[in-house]
This record gives sequence, structure tokens and C-alpha cells, in this order.
Amino acid sequence: MSTFKCPECGYAFSEEDGDQHEGYPPGTEFASLPDDFACPDCSVRFKDDFEEI
Amino acid sequence: MKGYTATLENGEAIFYQDRKRWFWLLSVLYPIQAFLGIWLHAKTGNEAWLLLPLALTYIGAPSLDWILGEDQNNPPEAVVLQLDRDPYYRWLTYIVVPLHFLALIGAAWWVGTQDLAWWSFIGLSVIAGIASGLGINTGHELGHKKSKLERNLAKIVLAVPAYGHFWIEHSRGHHRDVATPDDPASARMGESIYKFALREIPGAFRRAWNIEQERLTRREKSVWSSDNQILQSLAITVALQLGLIIAFGWKLIPFLIIHNVFAWWQLTSANYIEHYGLLRQQDDNGKYERCLPRHSWNSNHIYSNLVLFHLERHSDHHAHPLRRYQSLRHFPDLPTLPNGYFGMYVIAYVPFLWYLVMDKRLLALPHVAGDLSKVNVDPSKRQALMQKYGQAQ
Repeated sequence: MSTFKCPECGYAFSEEDGDQHEGYPPGTEFASLPDDFACPDCSVRFKDDFEEI
Repeated sequence: MKGYTATLENGEAIFYQDRKRWFWLLSVLYPIQAFLGIWLHAKTGNEAWLLLPLALTYIGAPSLDWILGEDQNNPPEAVVLQLDRDPYYRWLTYIVVPLHFLALIGAAWWVGTQDLAWWSFIGLSVIAGIASGLGINTGHELGHKKSKLERNLAKIVLAVPAYGHFWIEHSRGHHRDVATPDDPASARMGESIYKFALREIPGAFRRAWNIEQERLTRREKSVWSSDNQILQSLAITVALQLGLIIAFGWKLIPFLIIHNVFAWWQLTSANYIEHYGLLRQQDDNGKYERCLPRHSWNSNHIYSNLVLFHLERHSDHHAHPLRRYQSLRHFPDLPTLPNGYFGMYVIAYVPFLWYLVMDKRLLALPHVAGDLSKVNVDPSKRQALMQKYGQAQ
């Protein structure tokens, strides 16, 4: 289980925790997010831009 | 005045004071200017005073921007973190939230309890709408932040102009699609503000609703559930506006209709001038380039920036949407408006004047250099504009 971070605003998507508010349950793999997934906090960085930490 | 100290990488110590610190109070006081007209009406008995805020906004603000000019000062990057953490700036955005409610209730009380002539009734309704339009600006500053408190305050204040969907629409929709033909909140070259409003207002609502529906579907909830954030804000709007009708009578129905429309019109006006004609390029796969500073129009005019929480430093806002208003920066060589927002609104309301001022300015931008293929053009005006400016695609 990894965590992926938005390089613009620091929002972190943890595969372990998911993002309940956005409707991604715990255990959601980052790779399974939609291709047009935009950062839920800043919306100006996309799935491709996220960095694994 | 409070100062911030930092040490640069080369060991040099710097000290910074924000000269605008106390002047940001203007963003807090500006929304309650209806009370100035009400007070003068009460004191003199002359209803014309009720219209004073209209003159302050559409004559006073552009004049002050012209007289006071621009401010290009930026805080040094080394103190930005301290500036962002200074609670004073944050508190101003909190305090203004109840003032937006007070402004609407105050204006409603006056039209509901005074026997006003039709023209001052309409005038005060419009002024209340402008004040609530500034509430969208307050909701904008708050809604971009990560803290739960600020996000909740954004949803609450957006209930005043009956525009609760803005919080979702703006961050998730507009920031993602800005300066593309897909964005209902980015104006196209040759599109008048009136035509734009008919595309923007319903288009923005539809986009917000779809985004919220997708989120709720992922959560296996109905779009009509109480978790729908648009409906949550709308519930506050209904309670507030119904309460005003019950308290002050049927006269509040036309008042609130005019108020709501003019509040939305404030956002339409800002959206219209912020990205007029600007276009992000697509790569071979159709993917748009990242939003760059050249994809927003800016103004450094000091007065209107001080009453709008620095909204006019728009390029930095789109590049870094979470950056707080006190830290937004000016950069050289950005697309620049010749006056502040209020002056540009007045020009936008007269379309031929807007085209006269802006079209040449747009085509003269270094990254456009007269090439209409690099401009977001209204499809119905493309041919006429190509003929006028002599460009081949």
C-alpha cells in the first residue's frame, strides 16, 4: 500500500485509507482511479502528475 | 505594524512588513456599504442616498483605481509561510461571513419596512445583490482552503447569494477546464457578456451537479441525499430567503429575485473578464497544456484588489489555487487589464466598447502574436474575426 502526493498542494492519497469523502474506500489502489482524476484539493494536477512517496 | 523576519539561503537577513495589512479591512467593510445609503436616507429623508453604493462601485472604484494606480509589491518568498500562518488575515475572511448575512437582512428590512419609490426599491435590491456577489468572492477565498472550518464557512456564505454550487463548480470544474472551449466560465473572443451569461450560469450549475452526482455515486448514495453539498447550501438559502419573506412580506419576493440575479451577475462579470479569449493549447492526444500564468487576465490596481481579497492577481491564483490572498504575487509580462475589475465590468457591459479595448490587447499578447488559432474564439464569430484581423488558420 503506497501513498501518492499532489506536487502542487500536498494532498496525499493513501491507498490504505482511500478518500472517504471522495468516495474511494480504504484499499483503493491509486492505479484504479479514473484516468482523469484531478487532485481533490487544488484540481490543477492530475493522476499522471502525482508522485509516490 | 507586525513584521516578519527570515534568513535567505545566502545568509542575508530580511525584514518584511505588509503595507496593505490594515487596508485588507476594506474587503470586510465593502459588502456592508448598503448601510451607508440606508443611514443617509434615514437621516435626510432623501431616497436618492440609497443609490450611493452604486456610484461608489461603478464610478468611485474605477476612479480610485485610476488615481491610486497599481501596486506591484510582492512579499518575499522566504516570509510567505509566516504570512500564510498569521491568523489576522484568516480572521478577516471569517468575520466577513456574518456581515454578508447582515447586509442582506439589513437591506431586506429597509425595503420591507419603508415605503420606497419603485426606483429606489430596485436600486437597493441591486445594491444588496452586488454585496452578496462579493459573498461569492468571500466563498471563493474560503472554499479554496483545506481546513474544514474554511470549507464550511464557504458553503454557508455561498447560501447568501443562492449560489451554493459554486464551491464545487469553481474548484473542480473551472480550475480544471479554465481557458478552454469546454469551460462555461471562460469567455470567448467575440462573445458579449450577455451571451456569455446565458452559457455560464446554467453551464456552471450543470457541471457542479454532475461532479457532485459522480462523487455521491461512488459513495453509493443518491444525488438527492442529505450529503449533497449543493443541496446543503441551498437549504440555508431557502431558510434565509423564506424567513425574510415571512418577516417582511410579499415585497421581498421581487427584492430577492433582483438580489439573486445581480449577485450571480457579479460572478458572471468577474468570470467574463478573467479569461476572455485566452486559450490553452492541446497536444497531439488532445490533452490541454497545464494552466499557465498567461491564461488569466490580471490587474494590480490597488483599490479594487483591496476590496476583493486580491482576486485580480488571477494568474498566481490559477497557478497556485490554495495560496492565500495576502501572498498572491504579481509577475511581469502577464496579460493585464487597463483598469481594476469594477472599471472593466462597466466596459464589458457595453460590448462594442469591450471589443474595442480588449480584442487588440488580446491579439497583442506575446504568446498569441495575432494568431487567432491561439485564441478561444466564439465559433459564430470566427469568420467575421478572421476577416477583420486577416488571419488564416
